[in-house]
Order: sequence, then C-alpha cells, then structure tokens
Amino acid sequence: MLRRSFLAALAATALAAGATPAAAQETVKIGLIIPLTGPFTTTGKQLEAAAKLYMEQNGTTVAGKKIELIVRDDAGRAENTARIAGELIQNDKVSFLAGFGLTPLAMATAPIATNSKVPMVVMMAGTSIITERSPYIVRTSFTLGQSAVIIADWAAQNKIKKVVTLVTDYAPGHDAEKSFVDQFKSKGGEIVESLRVPIQNPDFAPFLQRVIDAKPDALYVFTPSGVGAILMKQFVERGLDKSGIRLIGPGDITDDDVLPGFGDAAVGVVTAHNYSTDHPSAKNKEYVAAFRKANAGMRPNFASVGGYDGIHLIYEALKKTGGKTDGDALLAAMKGLKWESPRGPISIDPETRDIVQTIYIRRVEKKNGELYNVEFASFPDVKDPVKAAKK
Amino acid sequence: MSSLDTAKDASNVMTRKRSWHWLEYAFWLAAAASVFLLPSQHALLTQIAIWSLFALSLDLLLGYAGIVSLGHAAYFGFGAYVAALFAINFTGEPVTGLLVAGVAAGLLGLVTSLLVLRGTDLTRLMVTLGIALVMYEIANQMSWLTGGADGLTGMPVNPVLGFFPIYFRQANSYAYVLVVLFVLFVVAKRIVHSPFGYSLRAIKGNPLRASSIGIPNNPRLIAVYTIAAAYAGIAGALLAQTTPVVSLTYIDFQRSADVLLMLIIGGTGYLYGGIIGSALFLVAQKFIGNITPQYWEFWIGFALVVIALFARDRGLFSIVERIAAWRKRGAKP
Repeated sequence: MLRRSFLAALAATALAAGATPAAAQETVKIGLIIPLTGPFTTTGKQLEAAAKLYMEQNGTTVAGKKIELIVRDDAGRAENTARIAGELIQNDKVSFLAGFGLTPLAMATAPIATNSKVPMVVMMAGTSIITERSPYIVRTSFTLGQSAVIIADWAAQNKIKKVVTLVTDYAPGHDAEKSFVDQFKSKGGEIVESLRVPIQNPDFAPFLQRVIDAKPDALYVFTPSGVGAILMKQFVERGLDKSGIRLIGPGDITDDDVLPGFGDAAVGVVTAHNYSTDHPSAKNKEYVAAFRKANAGMRPNFASVGGYDGIHLIYEALKKTGGKTDGDALLAAMKGLKWESPRGPISIDPETRDIVQTIYIRRVEKKNGELYNVEFASFPDVKDPVKAAKK
Repeated sequence: MSSLDTAKDASNVMTRKRSWHWLEYAFWLAAAASVFLLPSQHALLTQIAIWSLFALSLDLLLGYAGIVSLGHAAYFGFGAYVAALFAINFTGEPVTGLLVAGVAAGLLGLVTSLLVLRGTDLTRLMVTLGIALVMYEIANQMSWLTGGADGLTGMPVNPVLGFFPIYFRQANSYAYVLVVLFVLFVVAKRIVHSPFGYSLRAIKGNPLRASSIGIPNNPRLIAVYTIAAAYAGIAGALLAQTTPVVSLTYIDFQRSADVLLMLIIGGTGYLYGGIIGSALFLVAQKFIGNITPQYWEFWIGFALVVIALFARDRGLFSIVERIAAWRKRGAKP
C-alpha cells in the first residue's frame, strides 16, 4: 500500500517534471522597463496601466502561448535600463523588451537589442534617431518632429505670419525649436525671435516681456509637461491672452494627465499631437472609460496609448508568426502592421520601423467643468519628418 | 617613557591597522569567487562595484577628512564624459580612458577644492551642491559635445590592454571593474593608514589643535579632495565603459544624494562602508523593487532613520561591532 502510493507519487513527480518544461516553453515573456520612481514616475504609471489594461481586455493567450508581463523600474537612469534589459534577456528569457520612458534609456538598450536579436518596442521616448540605433527597434509613441512640423503647417495655413519661439533649454527643446522654425520658414513664415529658458526653476516673466515687445501673431512654446502650467499662468497674468498673441505648440505642454490642474489660463491654447483623451471615436471612449475605471479615475494621456499599442503590436506579431519568438521573424511581422488605436488609425513604417499616425490640431476647451484638448483639424499619415528629410 | 618608545608604539599601531584582518581576505576572495559563481547577477554586481568605488571616494572625504559633500557626482559625471569623449576621439582602450578620466577629474577637484575648503560644514554643503549644479548645467548646455538630455552614445570599448575584451562580455566586464576597485581600494588603504591619513583624522577631530601641532591643514585637505575627485572620476569612467550611454543622470543631484546615502548606510571611516552600503542599497532596490517598484524607497528611508538613530558613525557595521563587543563582555564575566 505504502509502496504503491510511493510509486504513484513518483509517477506524479515525473509527470510534473515532464510537464514543467513544456509549460515553460508555452510562455512568452515581455519585459516592460519603465520609470516607476524618480522624476518621471507619471510616465511609467501611464505605460504600466495601459499595458495591463490591454492584456486584461484581450486575454493572456496568443497563438497558443501564455503571455507574461514582467514590470521593472529603472528610475529613469540609463545604466539601470541597460542592466535590467540584459538581466531580463539572460535570466528571464524575455522575448520582447518594451517601455523606455526617455531617450537615453532607449539609446542605452539599443546595442543590447541588436546583440541578442530581441525586438525592442519603444513606447514613449520621442527623439527621431532612436529607431536608427538598432534594426530591432520599433516605436509606437511619436517623434518630436511630428507635432512640431504639423503645428508649423497649421500656423502657416491660418494667417499666422510672425512667431516668437520659446523652448526649454535642453536637447528635446532644441529639436522642437529647430523642427518648427525650419518648417515654418519654408512655408513663408517669419521667426521674430527664438528664446530659450533654463530647465531649472524657470521664471518666464522676463521672456514674456520680450514677447510683448516683439508683438508676434503667435508664441510657439515647448516645455516639459509640468512646466507648461507655470507658463500659461504668467501668460494670462501679463495680459498676453488679451493682446491677440496666440499660444501654440506641440501637445506636450497640454498633457492630458496634468491639464485639469492648469486652470482657465490654458483655455484657447492650440496644440498639435497624436492623442487626446477627448478623441471622439467609439474605440477611444471605451478605452478612456476602462482606463479610468481600472486606475482610480486617472486620465490616459499620450504616453498611455504608446503602451497600449505597444502590447497590441506584440500580440499581432506573435499571431503572425504563429507564436514563434525568433527576433527577425517578429520584426518582419511588425513591419507594415496597421490598426485602429484609441488615437485613430496608425501603422508601422516598414522602412524605418517608426510610427505613422494622424496628428490632430486641438484647442483647450472646458467640457463639463473639465479642461480637454478638443480636436478640430487633422493631418493624416504623418511620418517622422526628420527621417523623411534625410531621403 | 622615552620618545623612542612612543615612536615605536605609534609605528606598531600603524602597522597593526594597516595589516589585513582575516575577514577582509574572506571578503575579497568571495568577491573574486562571484565572478565564477554568480553569472546571472554579473550586471548587478558590476553596478555595485562601480557605486562602491564612488562611495569609497566619498568616504576618503567624509570618513577621514570630515568634509561633507552634496555634489560629489560632479567629479563622477565629469570623469564619465571625459572617458567617453576620449574614447570617441582618441582611443577606446579602457585603462588609458580610466587614467585620463582620473587625471581630469583630479584636476577639477584640485581647482574646486579652493572653493570648498572655505568655511564650515554648511558652507561646504552649499558650495559642493553648487559646483554639481553648475557642472550639470554645463553638460546640458554643451549638447553639441555631450548630447545634452539625449545622452552621449557611440563610445567604442576596445579590449582592456589590447587583449581582454569586455564589450558585451558580462563576466569579463565585471572582472575588470572588480580588479580596478580592488587596486584602488588597496591604494586607499595605504593612504588612510599613512602619516598623511592620520593627519587628516587629526584635522577632522580638531582643526585648531591639528594646526598647532604643525599639520598644514589646507594643503592636506586639498590633497585628499583631489584624490577623492580622481577616484570619483575613475568610477564615472567605469560606468561609461560598461553602459552604452553617458547621460545627464551621471551628474545629477540624485546621484550625489544616493552615494551619500549608501555611504551612511554602510558607515563612514573604515573603507568598507561604501561597499557594504552600495551592495545593500542596490540589492534592496532590485529585489524589493521587483515586488513593489513604487515602495522600495520607503524601506531605504526607513533603514536610514534607524541607522541615524542607533548607529550613526559606522552605519550597519557598528551594529555588528556592538554585538561583538557585547558577546566579548559576556564571555569574561
């Protein structure tokens, strides 16, 4: 009796042992590396919430494989991102790397993706050059140039002739300035003055005085999202809103996540961007409702759609390869994919592996007592202008 | 007691302190063994070794000379940028890069020490903080050279001394960093147990008395500040060589604050504090972070409060010391 149960136990163990490797083989792991501590926590939270929401809505089985999401915090430091990426590939055997909240974080991981042939889905970082750093990088967010160039086009078409630019003095700010200035000049516009404000503790008052003196038709602004509120407050305090000078810029300054805290000063600001919480499609209404429900009322912003679509891209690529996790096959499957995102129709450019999407022109308005970026014009199928210019 | 005896006693004390305890041998043997035994953790261990070197350099200042600094990342980041730019423009041989970064950071330390050594602790805190902020802004502004907020990439990493490849070789790269840490640790140990090192402690204990017995306070402090800056620069260069990008976070306030935290957790004034502290800090960040990424900082803060209350001087190590002392007392009633 004892012996039989012992044998049974042995058999069960053998079965379990036999079954475990098979089960492990069935699992496909995604390593999501995002900043969850440090100054860029909000970006990380948006990305994580969106990735989890997508998996909750679409199940965790794709092409017969179980999908497992491993979330890791890099605190916004490049050396951590690179280390974690290496560990995820080596120790956890992930088939995808995803996340990347800032440009240096993506740059640090690019050689690792190339070396190990693991697809790397950039869900947030926006500098143009990132996708050129590895043939295994695909981007689902946006590039800085997309919004900056489109707002220049829109301004030129809407009787704005003279513009003063005002950007935060760091690399993305310089890019935003250059993209806008080049495009606006090529459309016959005039740049009266280009101002740069320091990144630490910015006080816009002296700069705004120079704007008043220059009397442009519009002030073009690019700042990190939180700083936009200070600028808009001072813009109104100094009476620039009544002087007929319009405030325009890429959508980072009216980030949906922080917009409700801006107050009425932000009303009327016109920006160009790839996503607004207010985007009037059925798909987006459903997305926003589900996102807010799962995250204590938090608004999804442009970072979140990068995360949501990034996981979608991974799911679709796996479906196309029939669950195979070979890096080259997955990349081939990702190139040229088209789908309907909460932000509208998007696709992956098969040549550059960068995102192609509609850029919307939006005006900040009050709806039901809350501020939203309300879309009123759109430019479809916008590619990264920096790469397009290189050809 | 004749003066000859006193001199002999002093030299005995110094020899005894300079010699190695068996625990130290065990520690370095374990570190060497980890190259072969823990391949899955090499990336983390590499980071720990680099932070250890950085914390060791701060220990030379804080633990021995009593100079508090809130801006030590200035030299770390400067060393990293120098190493990266040197590799891009001249040669990608890592040891040469370390030397160049060390000399450059040392020179920066020498120049800035003249500012730092004025005034009291509070002044020094502010001046070191200010130097780091200025360095940060310079790195940000010169984006044509440093890449600014986008980071500096494209740094070649050739085999060490021409024959030991570390690029994309996790084990080799860890071994390289560990050897550098060990060599610089041995040098630091010689420094702090030399007459020079003892004079620093005298200055730390009471600057007035130190100068009245003939110690030239300022030249000594300038020397140690320069050495510490060179150490920090080498640590930065190591991080640049083992990470594919040098970014502004190498030089930000958070890094200066973190290294101070690590050193205080591990304890100051016995050289191992930085190593123990950075190991605890990074292991906690990784493993608590894997469970609840958002809350690991809570536990670091908690540990800091406990240490500040119960084990001020030597961090966690003093708790071990207290237990040892207590057991000794218990052994002979």
